[in-house]
Amino acid sequence: MLKDITLGQYYQTESLIHRLDPRVKLVGTICYIISLFLVNKIQGYVIALIFLAIIIRLSKVPFKFMVKGMKAILFLLLLTVVFNLFLTPGETLISIWKLTITKEGVRVAMLMAVRLSFLIIGSSVMTLTTTPNHLTDGMEKLLNPLRKLKVPVHEISMMMSIALRFIPILMEETDKIMKAQIARGADFESGNLIKKAKALVPLLVPLFISAFRRANDLAMAMEARCYRGGEFRTKMKPLIYQRADRLAYLILIIYLVICFLAGR
Amino acid sequence: MGIIKAVQLAFEYIRRDEDGNVEGITRAIDGVDLEIKEGQFIAVLGHNGSGKSTLAKHLNALLHPTEGTVYVDGKDVREADKVWEIRQTAGMVFQNPDNQIIGQVVEEDVGFGPENLGVETKEIWERVEESLKAVGMYEYRKHSPNKLSGGQKQRVSIAGVIAMHPKCIILDEPTAMLDPNGRKEVLRAARALNQVEGITVILITHYMEEVIHADKVFVMDQGKVVLQGTPREIFTRVEELRKLRLDVPQVTELAYELKKAGLDVPEGILTKEELVEALKSLKK
Repeated sequence: MLKDITLGQYYQTESLIHRLDPRVKLVGTICYIISLFLVNKIQGYVIALIFLAIIIRLSKVPFKFMVKGMKAILFLLLLTVVFNLFLTPGETLISIWKLTITKEGVRVAMLMAVRLSFLIIGSSVMTLTTTPNHLTDGMEKLLNPLRKLKVPVHEISMMMSIALRFIPILMEETDKIMKAQIARGADFESGNLIKKAKALVPLLVPLFISAFRRANDLAMAMEARCYRGGEFRTKMKPLIYQRADRLAYLILIIYLVICFLAGR
Repeated sequence: MGIIKAVQLAFEYIRRDEDGNVEGITRAIDGVDLEIKEGQFIAVLGHNGSGKSTLAKHLNALLHPTEGTVYVDGKDVREADKVWEIRQTAGMVFQNPDNQIIGQVVEEDVGFGPENLGVETKEIWERVEESLKAVGMYEYRKHSPNKLSGGQKQRVSIAGVIAMHPKCIILDEPTAMLDPNGRKEVLRAARALNQVEGITVILITHYMEEVIHADKVFVMDQGKVVLQGTPREIFTRVEELRKLRLDVPQVTELAYELKKAGLDVPEGILTKEELVEALKSLKK
């Protein structure tokens, strides 16, 4: 059961967006989010909506996958809307008991709802069209200038990709240990929260020991294969900007300019 | 000088208590001398704790000898600046297939070694292709390692080592965690490397059946090489092997017992076919 989970939420298909350089997608998503918070007129949001719709269309990912991401933040979304609706001071629209809805409140609440949903959908476009591996690669390359500030960029990205590789293995191991402990009479289901947390100890201790052992083995295997950090290393799949990527940057800039001019 | 030469090699594991005081010293390797010629298929046998894995880790400078030294292709493992050259010359495949695959896609894992060596992108792809073809895993190049069987994972690990173009490959109990089919797959790949590519293979194992095809066998016990010779020479010494808590292959044991019971069968029979022939000629 635990074995089948896929990491991130990559949706495998062939599309223009899938083929883009991960750096373009990362920068694009960040710029899009910034644009959402910069504009505050209806026109701006219409442009943001059109832009997002075009991207989703181009990505060939079914829309229902984007909405999936929304479910997770539905509660947060509702909370934000309710708070903004009732707590924004201004011209009273309706007043029930002690609660008042103001004209400004309605406006801010709607604004926040739109911003948040666009933000979530926008970033799921990125995670749906880019493999976690590609994302770490893109991040490494984008953050490369930070190396001058002694930030271990290569090491961080290596750790991330190793973590991604080992998550399914450790999941499987958790499953195995859990079954082994259940067979010995361990009870993970009943009792209150504290009791349940305590029941996890016989699961976590062997898991940690095994994880450390694996880490030790892996480190040795990496050394045996001449791994010595990021220096001198070449890439099997280097990231090189293609024409489509440059074009995408250009479109992004045009979008940002239009958004800024129309939406402020 | 052979590709690998150990001279009076010794290694001690030092156990310390929580305050860092020495609690005890275990001499895992105790004065080993051996020489391996290029292009040979070598097997190192021994039961658990005989020091065979510790020996393996010296052959590509993962461990530093306490006494004596090892020369790999003429380079001394004690010299710190030669470490990377040595590790490239003598590649290593470990026991647990899950704990030595780094990439999330088969081809990326095979490319990991060449990437570390600073090979050009174009050549990395060529090397990955040829190595995956050499172990028969080319059609799986786009797969996730997590979806492969144990034998397939080990073959990917072997490909990852070949991609670094080593002269010698050390396989440290590569089949210990595999099912019989996986064991066959891995051994076939190892033998092909030796015969087709001419790479020196050092197979460390405690399965007797795996050493039959070796050119030379070293048997280790308590950190020492106690027996060495061709598989046939080794397996004629059934009594000594038993003392070392090692089993001989079933056929060999049967032939040995028959001989002991008074039948005139030759010593050191390794395969079923040989025994059948021997018994047939006996009948005549």
